Amino acid sequence: MAAKHGIKSRIRPISLALPLVAFIAITFLMPLGNMIKESVYDAEVADALPNTMRLLNNWDGVELPTEEVFRALAEEIVVLQENRTLGKIGLRVNRVVSGTRSVWGKTARRVKGIETDDMITTMVEIDDRWSDLMLWQGIKKAGQRYSAKNYLQAVDLTRGEDGSISRIDEGRRVYNTLYVRTLYVATVVTLLCLVIGYPIAYAIAHTPPTLSKILLLCVLVPFWTSLLARATSWIVLLQSQGVINDFLVWIRIIPDDGRLSLIYNMTGTLIAMTQNLLPFVVLPTYAVLSSIPPTYMRAAASLGANPVQAFLRVYWPQSLPGVASGCLLVFILSIGFFITPAIVGGTDGQLISNMIAYHIDTNHWGLAAAISVIVLLSVLILYVVFDRWVGVDKLKLS
Amino acid sequence: MDRALWNIGKGVLTLFVVLGFIFLVAPLIVVIPLSFNAEPYFTFTEGMLRLDSEAYSLRWYRNIFESEEWLRAIQNSFFIGVFATVFATILGTLAALGLNDPRLPFRKFVGALIISPIVTPIIVVAVGVYFFYTDLGLGQTYLGIILAHAMIGAPYVVITVSATLANFDYTLLRAAASLGANPWTAFRRVQLPIISRGVITGALFAFINSFDEVVIVLFMAGLKQRTIPREMWSGIREEISPTILAVATLLILFVILVLITVELLKSFGEKHKLSAN
Repeated sequence: MAAKHGIKSRIRPISLALPLVAFIAITFLMPLGNMIKESVYDAEVADALPNTMRLLNNWDGVELPTEEVFRALAEEIVVLQENRTLGKIGLRVNRVVSGTRSVWGKTARRVKGIETDDMITTMVEIDDRWSDLMLWQGIKKAGQRYSAKNYLQAVDLTRGEDGSISRIDEGRRVYNTLYVRTLYVATVVTLLCLVIGYPIAYAIAHTPPTLSKILLLCVLVPFWTSLLARATSWIVLLQSQGVINDFLVWIRIIPDDGRLSLIYNMTGTLIAMTQNLLPFVVLPTYAVLSSIPPTYMRAAASLGANPVQAFLRVYWPQSLPGVASGCLLVFILSIGFFITPAIVGGTDGQLISNMIAYHIDTNHWGLAAAISVIVLLSVLILYVVFDRWVGVDKLKLS
Repeated sequence: MDRALWNIGKGVLTLFVVLGFIFLVAPLIVVIPLSFNAEPYFTFTEGMLRLDSEAYSLRWYRNIFESEEWLRAIQNSFFIGVFATVFATILGTLAALGLNDPRLPFRKFVGALIISPIVTPIIVVAVGVYFFYTDLGLGQTYLGIILAHAMIGAPYVVITVSATLANFDYTLLRAAASLGANPWTAFRRVQLPIISRGVITGALFAFINSFDEVVIVLFMAGLKQRTIPREMWSGIREEISPTILAVATLLILFVILVLITVELLKSFGEKHKLSAN
């Protein structure tokens, strides 16, 4: 195959595809690469204490560091104190060895301008925590540019002071709960979309063309309508003074003081996400259903199958490719869903992507990046499954 | 007996389908009348149910067009959308032409790479774009948002143009060449008119996509670059006023308009094909 086309004939297609490939490489792949780096890279301490870190890298960690190390650190913390950035470094080291925040400012103030031959004794006299190996090990650890600490935190693990990895206290395990919740929501939404969407696709595929076109438009308009417009509508419908509750009170199914809480919780997330994602099941299923020849069902009937049998043994198996691709797509999209849960989910309807946004807002970039990488990898794995099963190139838009 | 049971089953199924459609479109339909509510409520007032004309008003629409923030947001949405669409359409159309040529090396890989921005969760794209573009000095700039929106719009153009190219008869190009047209003329006069339907459809999808996108804008936009969905986001989360319903109504009508255009293009294309045969 390759021999058939000379290099010359390849120039045209390559030069056509290259601009977009380069554009996507720069605007998409490089940002993702940078994000992966951000998730494992943290140079704050390393950049603030360059000499100390260089010396500490040769330190065995068994005995107290040498005079040279103490001297380098003393010089560097005085400079940081003057630049008013010492507090941040203290905070970072404190995350590794707790209870050491006050050491820094106190020491920096007192070693400033001191002339001494024995910096070790001077500093230990100022604060005896400088004779503690743990503190020095903590500085060395905080000064590593590359670490997996964001990933450990992102899966509720922690590294003890002796380097062993363990799970954090049960009450503080936020992330694993969110992963499980996200998978749960993705599963429920996928099943709901299948149950509601399949009959809809069937109806569109088996009605006269004019009606079928209108019904198809009923799927396409919500599909392309802004997620925020749809979220607004769900607030209008579901809130306690909303249209649905008002109606139920009006027809006296529920009392006025017994209004249902349908929004700002998990129920709201499930309802709104199902509506948001329904077209992703309906459209591919419809495409497959409309290509099943009606003669097959008639053949099954003429061979004595009742309609249920004919459906289960003849129709359903042929519709599987469309159903599978729709369901998998919904599952994948659910995992990364952000806007809808943020607006209608309250607190217990928030998903993992909402946590990513939270960490961006609070400037925990490394952690946000690590969770993003985890989400990205899960989605990537699902896509490989998707591609093996139905083929990514079968994605259709209208 | 059996037949009666069957009819009941069929009735239940039909009811289920009708409910499904209601579930799908009710959220869109309910917003439209409520956006004309004369009272600042999110529910139907008694006056509205009696179809009392006093209960309806255009005040929320007037609000939009009298508010500096909303006007700026509308302007921003169109400005960003148009530029992102132009980039996406040019790059996407060229790439689709290359991608549909079997002589392109690593075709499957290139195809997967090109659609990867729309299969990646938008929150992940936004995080990556936010860090990287901020480092480059593109944070809180129009250019940064336009580039990001062009990147997530281009795959749509590639998909729709590829779909029209799949039916394209390449012998037409050879015929044009044999009649003395150079490759550029042959492309412009023969291929482009035939694939233009795919190009326009793709451009519309890319535009809607940019027009609706809020996650990237949420991280990247400063006060100056806020778009319509960004204003809606604040509106919904801070103090929700019926102005939001009016905006939502306008967005829904806008989408219907775009989809009708796409539909007309499609039927036009089908006629075009018939007359060409």
